[in-house]
Amino acid sequence: MIRLLMCLVPLLLVAGAATAQDHEHRPPSAQTPATVPPTADPYAGHDMSPAPEPVDPHAGHDMGAQPQTADPHAGHDMSEQAMGPPDVPTSADDDGRPRQPPPPPAALSGPAHAADAIWGADRMAGARDLLRRENGDVRATAVIVDRLEVGFDDGPESWTWDVAGWTGGDINRFWWKSEAEGDFNGEIEGEVQALYSRAVSPFWDVQAGVRQDFGEGGENPTHLVLGVQGLAPYWWEVDAATFLSTEGDLTARVEVEYDQRITQRLILQPRVEVEASASDIPELGLGSGLTHVEAGLRLRYEIAKEFAPYVGVEWSRELGDTADFSRAAGGEPEHTRFVIGLKAWF
Amino acid sequence: MPAWAQSGSAGLRTDLPTLDGPDVRLTVGHSPFTVGGRTGHAITVNGTLPAPLIRLREGQMARLSVTNTLDEDTSIHWHGVLLPFHMDGVPGVSFPGIRPGETFQYEFPVIQSGTFWYHSHSNLQEAMGHYGPLIIDPAGADPVAYDREHVVVLSDWSFLHPHEILDRLKKSPGYFNRSRTTLSGLMSGEDGMSLEERRMWGQMRMDPRDIADVNGTTYTYLVNGHGPAENWTGLFRPGERVRLRVINASAMSIFNVRIPGLAMTVVNADGENVRPVETDEFQISVAETYDVIVRPTDDRAYTLVAESVDRSGMARATLAPRMGMTAEVPPPREVPTLTMRDMGMGGMAGMDHSGMDHSAMGHGTDHAAMGHGEPAAASMDHGSMDHDMRNPENAPAGMAVGVGVDMISPDPANRLGERPMGLEDAPHRVLVYTDLISLAPNKDQRSPSRALEIHLTGNMERFMWGFDGRKFSEIVEPIRFERNERVRVTLVNDTMMAHPIHLHGHFFELVTGGPAGHQPLKHTVNVAPGSKVTFDLTANAPGDWAFHCHMLMHMHAGMFNVVTVRPLDGAAS
Repeated sequence: MIRLLMCLVPLLLVAGAATAQDHEHRPPSAQTPATVPPTADPYAGHDMSPAPEPVDPHAGHDMGAQPQTADPHAGHDMSEQAMGPPDVPTSADDDGRPRQPPPPPAALSGPAHAADAIWGADRMAGARDLLRRENGDVRATAVIVDRLEVGFDDGPESWTWDVAGWTGGDINRFWWKSEAEGDFNGEIEGEVQALYSRAVSPFWDVQAGVRQDFGEGGENPTHLVLGVQGLAPYWWEVDAATFLSTEGDLTARVEVEYDQRITQRLILQPRVEVEASASDIPELGLGSGLTHVEAGLRLRYEIAKEFAPYVGVEWSRELGDTADFSRAAGGEPEHTRFVIGLKAWF
Repeated sequence: MPAWAQSGSAGLRTDLPTLDGPDVRLTVGHSPFTVGGRTGHAITVNGTLPAPLIRLREGQMARLSVTNTLDEDTSIHWHGVLLPFHMDGVPGVSFPGIRPGETFQYEFPVIQSGTFWYHSHSNLQEAMGHYGPLIIDPAGADPVAYDREHVVVLSDWSFLHPHEILDRLKKSPGYFNRSRTTLSGLMSGEDGMSLEERRMWGQMRMDPRDIADVNGTTYTYLVNGHGPAENWTGLFRPGERVRLRVINASAMSIFNVRIPGLAMTVVNADGENVRPVETDEFQISVAETYDVIVRPTDDRAYTLVAESVDRSGMARATLAPRMGMTAEVPPPREVPTLTMRDMGMGGMAGMDHSGMDHSAMGHGTDHAAMGHGEPAAASMDHGSMDHDMRNPENAPAGMAVGVGVDMISPDPANRLGERPMGLEDAPHRVLVYTDLISLAPNKDQRSPSRALEIHLTGNMERFMWGFDGRKFSEIVEPIRFERNERVRVTLVNDTMMAHPIHLHGHFFELVTGGPAGHQPLKHTVNVAPGSKVTFDLTANAPGDWAFHCHMLMHMHAGMFNVVTVRPLDGAAS
């Protein structure tokens, strides 16, 4: 099933490849001017009655030399006649990372801030501080409702929330995340995380913090969290974390999502989540190894970029000993449910 | 009556008010602004959007007093005007800013002429309407002959507060993009990309349709404060030479400008005269100005179309002999898609010798190289591409290659001679930077004594922008020049977005390879995605100057630095 989902997008893409070939073969008429430009007005533009500057012998298009007839190809052929702009070499043409020649010593003379002597160092210092903050130090706060949904299968209806938020600048942010599932009889099981997040590369953040579980079961451990979140090649959104509980249990979870735009507003989102445990944790019903896999396919419609209701299907299965624990407790290790929900952010 | 006073249309409201010297009084405040039947909150000068037209004359002393009635600091920067650094109007660089309730007197000698503009350099006030045109008439005869003139201020208006816009971009950089590649676009062929190209973009985690960060999904594009439906109209009499002073006062929008049926003769760029060059369409990046002469001879209306570079909307105006006349408004053209050259793989697409050949520069070539096994593409090892696309070896030693750098152009091409984005296949003439030739000879024709390389860097996914891998907020070393030093500066764009780079207090000469001693002078240059631009600079204005990307959100996200020129004058030195 997972493999099927993973293959789905490329398959759909391949199906469209043949039709995409048409594009390059434009009708030749598109290359020829549709309209003949009006005759150039010899009197338009500069008044050439004063003697022009000495004419550059290399300038074939100098109006001063031929004021009677404006070149009808002006603006088009010129660069073909000339050599074009010179190719000034840059670091990309140089092996290694070349040092820039330093400015002459006189460039370092005088005061650090020229305006201080005119307007006063105090007022300028305040203005400089504001300038610094207004040119790069952008802070923002976001709340992201990734999944807020109701699920339908053989049993009673269930609900899920998967929400998160952040606040901060470009490099350092505070993140919180919460996921929970429940039914409409008051059953609830979930977690909340508080994380410090630091951007470490163009597409990746490292996150560390704590996670508190909550729910009916009574076993609600606290965990240390260490994870990475970001964007993998081909636009896969990835959130991967390991959790070390106060009981000493080590678990891990990887979530991956992809947005396949069908149209500008209709988006198909495959989503896969895999969980693992380093050891048997009977009190939580977990066996060692892969414990749980979830694969979903959600089709949403962006009424606005921030507001997109969806329908979808989600299949989940417990694996290995975890499945056995589940069966022993009278549960089913495998579920398929239909979901209706909302993705939103602000 | 001066020629400019004939300008104007009844439009839907009175024409731009005009202020001329010697004493000009400006008041910055809050105003309602209405467009498309909806009213929002603007920050304006003297209550109008755009701000009043200021008209000065070369040789006069300008005295401009600015009163701040906001509850936050404000400022006015005179964009492109050469003046003492402490009158340049950048809080924290040239002066402390204008506090609430305070009146600040700007005073400087006017030593140049041309088309300029002015705007706030505080917070994001410019994006809320705090901008206006500034025209300086020459002391002597104007080499440009014309019978009538109109000012065409292009801008972008959103009912979303600019801080809200930036907040959304931080959380979702593709927030405003409704032209992304899709599965249906792939299957129908409408996306114009092969599966292999798409795979490559996906592998890099880059969006080939990320043309404009903020676009027509939130912006209404304005001509002189009028939306497309309000149709600002400029009048002419058939046969007149009409000078259009086009100013892009947008916060985030690059426009492609054309007047179907009328050829345009470009006579001035960024306020500096150029040898006349006739064209049918030109791209104007943020903060640039172009003066064009048109000569409509027929008794009919013409539509001025300023299409947003990502084709998500357009500004529209009409030139007509009489009010109430309109001409056909062409629909937006196809959304452009980024190519390998936009990834900084200029030479790898096998185009190094055909880079100047417009006819060979269409999608056909790019696609052939990218998706169909041309030698260049075939030899590329996709497994190692991620590394090649961000190889620190391709950056100078001083560049910080960290979180804020998602790409380093492996082979940036000089694209000054190429048609701008989206106009590669336009079936008419298109202005390119190498068409610009300074009318007057360059004043300083010394060879540069030093070369300097500055990388324009970013992380599109995190919406981080900077120079040499650093945001200005990270406390960066200024860019230092010795006074009167002649330096050859090369800007390398390590991003897949265009950046209009503006240097305050100076004009630099674009190294276009054109006639010697006539390099075009610019205060702002659009550095195409993945490309490099070289300019020669004579650092002849002592003091501290801002140097930044004029995409306001890029600047606010860090693409800003200070240029220092030393020694200073007199006691301050």
